[in-house]
Amino acid sequence: MIKDKNYLLNISERILTKAKKLGATDASVVVSNSVSEDINYRNKKIDGSTRSENLGAELTTYFGKKKSSLISSNLKENVLDELVEKCFVATKITPEDELNSLPDKDLHFKGLKELDLFDKTHLDNKEKIDYLKEAEEVAFSSPKIVNTNGSGFSEKKSNFVLANSNGFSDGYENSQFTAYCEVVSKENGSMERDYEYSSKRFFGDLLSPKKIGKNASKFAIRKLNPKKIKSERMTVVFDKRISKNILSVFANAISSNVIAKGTTFLKGKENNQIFKNDINIVDKSDIKRANGSKYFDNEGVKLDELSLIENGVLKNFLVDTYNGKKINKRSNGRCGGTSNLFFKKGSKTFNELINSKQKILYINETIGHGTNLITGDYSVGASGQIIENGEFKYPVSEITIAGNFNEIFKNLILADDLELNYSTNSPTMLVEGITVGGI
Amino acid sequence: MSKFFDNTDLDINKAESIVSSTLNNCDDGELYLENSKSESIILDDNKIKSSNFTNDVGYGFRAITGDVVAYSHSNDISENSLKNSSKNLKSTLSSYKGNYDHQIKKTNQKFYKEIDPTDNKSMDSKIKLLNKINEYARSIDASVKQVTANFLGEKKDIEILRLGGELLTDSRPLVRVNVSIMLEKNGRKETGVYGVGGRQSYDDYLKNENWKSVCDEAFRIANTNLQSKPSPAGEMKVVLGPGWPAILIHEAIGHGLEGDFNRKKTSVFHDLVGKKVASDGVTIIDDGTLNNRRGSLNIDDEGTPTEKTVLIENGILKNFMQDRLNARLMKTKSTGNGRRESYKHIVMPRMRNTIMLSGNNTQEEMIKSVDRGIFAVSFGGGQVDITSGKFVFNCTEAYEIINGKIGAPLKGATLIGDGPSSLKEIAMVGNDMMLDPGIGTCGKAGQGVPVGVGQPSLLINKMTVGGTQI
Repeated sequence: MIKDKNYLLNISERILTKAKKLGATDASVVVSNSVSEDINYRNKKIDGSTRSENLGAELTTYFGKKKSSLISSNLKENVLDELVEKCFVATKITPEDELNSLPDKDLHFKGLKELDLFDKTHLDNKEKIDYLKEAEEVAFSSPKIVNTNGSGFSEKKSNFVLANSNGFSDGYENSQFTAYCEVVSKENGSMERDYEYSSKRFFGDLLSPKKIGKNASKFAIRKLNPKKIKSERMTVVFDKRISKNILSVFANAISSNVIAKGTTFLKGKENNQIFKNDINIVDKSDIKRANGSKYFDNEGVKLDELSLIENGVLKNFLVDTYNGKKINKRSNGRCGGTSNLFFKKGSKTFNELINSKQKILYINETIGHGTNLITGDYSVGASGQIIENGEFKYPVSEITIAGNFNEIFKNLILADDLELNYSTNSPTMLVEGITVGGI
Repeated sequence: MSKFFDNTDLDINKAESIVSSTLNNCDDGELYLENSKSESIILDDNKIKSSNFTNDVGYGFRAITGDVVAYSHSNDISENSLKNSSKNLKSTLSSYKGNYDHQIKKTNQKFYKEIDPTDNKSMDSKIKLLNKINEYARSIDASVKQVTANFLGEKKDIEILRLGGELLTDSRPLVRVNVSIMLEKNGRKETGVYGVGGRQSYDDYLKNENWKSVCDEAFRIANTNLQSKPSPAGEMKVVLGPGWPAILIHEAIGHGLEGDFNRKKTSVFHDLVGKKVASDGVTIIDDGTLNNRRGSLNIDDEGTPTEKTVLIENGILKNFMQDRLNARLMKTKSTGNGRRESYKHIVMPRMRNTIMLSGNNTQEEMIKSVDRGIFAVSFGGGQVDITSGKFVFNCTEAYEIINGKIGAPLKGATLIGDGPSSLKEIAMVGNDMMLDPGIGTCGKAGQGVPVGVGQPSLLINKMTVGGTQI
């Protein structure tokens, strides 16, 4: 069982009281607890089980404009005071930074609405095993699936309290259920792997085991016997698994941290047209049961719905208290990043999109970390399928795709198949003029 | 004597009796206790942006039967918590076998000193040095627009309590100092990053103003990139520089030689032991015993003494890297590669310092032999798909080679290839083996562990380069 709110509140109050007593001008603390019970399953039997229990606190003390933080997982009665003392000693010898402060009080979250972030459902080991067994059985129903990298089911329950010396004190329980299945396909000496997974706050919202097994099998089989292709500029369609990562690059590039330092290719682009004029990007924190939903950000600041791109124009950055001061903006509750981030859906159907060019490279996997946030350059390894006249023809692998995000953003076209399955979501995406490196 | 039961209701005898009653009929397992203390001090944008300290204490209790691993971890070191974990482990492992030799070879080997790097240099002197680094880096050239520098230090004490009361201990220091410099000239921005580190004190790496050479190197990389032109795309010859580019060996070949993927037959190498997998002259080892290196360990996280493991010898595949579980199931011995990120993570076979040994060629010969290709000097991140063998790397410093001569620097070059094929495409092995500066962290299944790499210059006959120019 996870600790209740009162238990966590007691620790947070004790830490704040001690900090004040020592002479800290301000202090904040997060006390969190989580219990996760995971099962791994492989080749018709259980492969392992893991039970994780985590309790910890992160405290920050201020002395005027000096600030320092300490994280500890040892919260026994006799060491709590010592932790605060240690943090405060470090604070006093850390140089001043005039921008250090707690968030403005009027931005504190004070809402009452219920977001449904906690599902108290508990599955015992046997129920988890049954779920994975079914997924694997379905995956193995094709003779081309010859092995498995394992499947897993995780049930995680968390609780936390965030409190600061300006009177903010709140917290909430949340849950996360995750299931995945990864299988290996083989044919004519070609061996490939692929997976499907689902992660939701409520058990009932997870993909069915049948669907997970079926997709894993389908994805691993469609990669078999890949061809290499010639280097050329091509029209590329990004599967939803990949297009959401492109949206993440956008989010990383408009964080107030990189905007303030100038280490992003989107610096100075506020109110500029950076996408086509039918593209809209929204960050919405209050969708019931959604993975990215939260009541307040890492500083206790409320989050309103934030329109980042309106008709292709960059309207807002992701702002926290500290970096906000550097760029003369108030926090919009994005300390810790976005909540539920998505492109609003486009106007073309998936079929219209893949029929819009005679030949298309459909990408459903990229590997490598080839994004340069400063220049916007993009270059990653990829695999996928060649589509000709709207038909999937053959798989390709060992290719690279490269471009620059300034161009990619300006060019991208979205399908109408948006689903809010993750905290960052995109419809299928088409981009022209990507350089494909092959033989 | 255990340090972990002070101020708890446990002592070593009580803990041992819970461990024994849990593991008595299992094939393997242990109680792993860990106390890690770490610091991160970051200078960014002309200011000390953050000073963070972490103290993490906890245990991981593991029981193994056959190929089933039950694991339970918590940061509450108490009798009640341990008993709950024991109950949880027993509920997973319903059928007991218990036929494995539990003995672990004793060792006195020490590859690093028992120091606390976070303690043996004062906070004040670290802050002063970060400010000096910032001032110096900004004074190198007017184009320097942003400097980030950080100190990361850690001391990790571990104890492994095994069936029968056997107690194995290790105390591991680790530091890393990084400098990142952003330049802006004629509207163009580029960064250069360089760092040093290992299992010694900060001063061992920074003494004699060595921190200046760290800044100089970061500046040199950024400045080179300011003059870079778009990279070509397509298949071509690639010369790899010595040292850090060996992360390509680590990703492309190393992961595929880890015991778990081979026991499960999901690695392309699983049926190739004794077979020729690489060109003549290619010898690759994984060595946990190098003094003070980032990937070195006195004992691994299961208590097995580390060793120098030969993976590929003169092109022939010799050994996989093993932890106890995969070694037992593959009827061989642990090579001391059982590692975990922390007590919160299960043990897996992981690399330590993975090194390709020197051959006979010179780098000059390699460059001369290339009509059209690229010379890759340093990489950012890399990734591999173990099953298909495909890997990818992003070059952070690379040059074109035209008619046997090094040409202009290239931007945004990515290398993609297939591990087994690339091994056979190695045409020349240099005589200039170098170890990396001590900055590598390897990620696997969500766990990061410090590793080292090393290699001489290499000529690879063909590899796909990803760029924007066709």
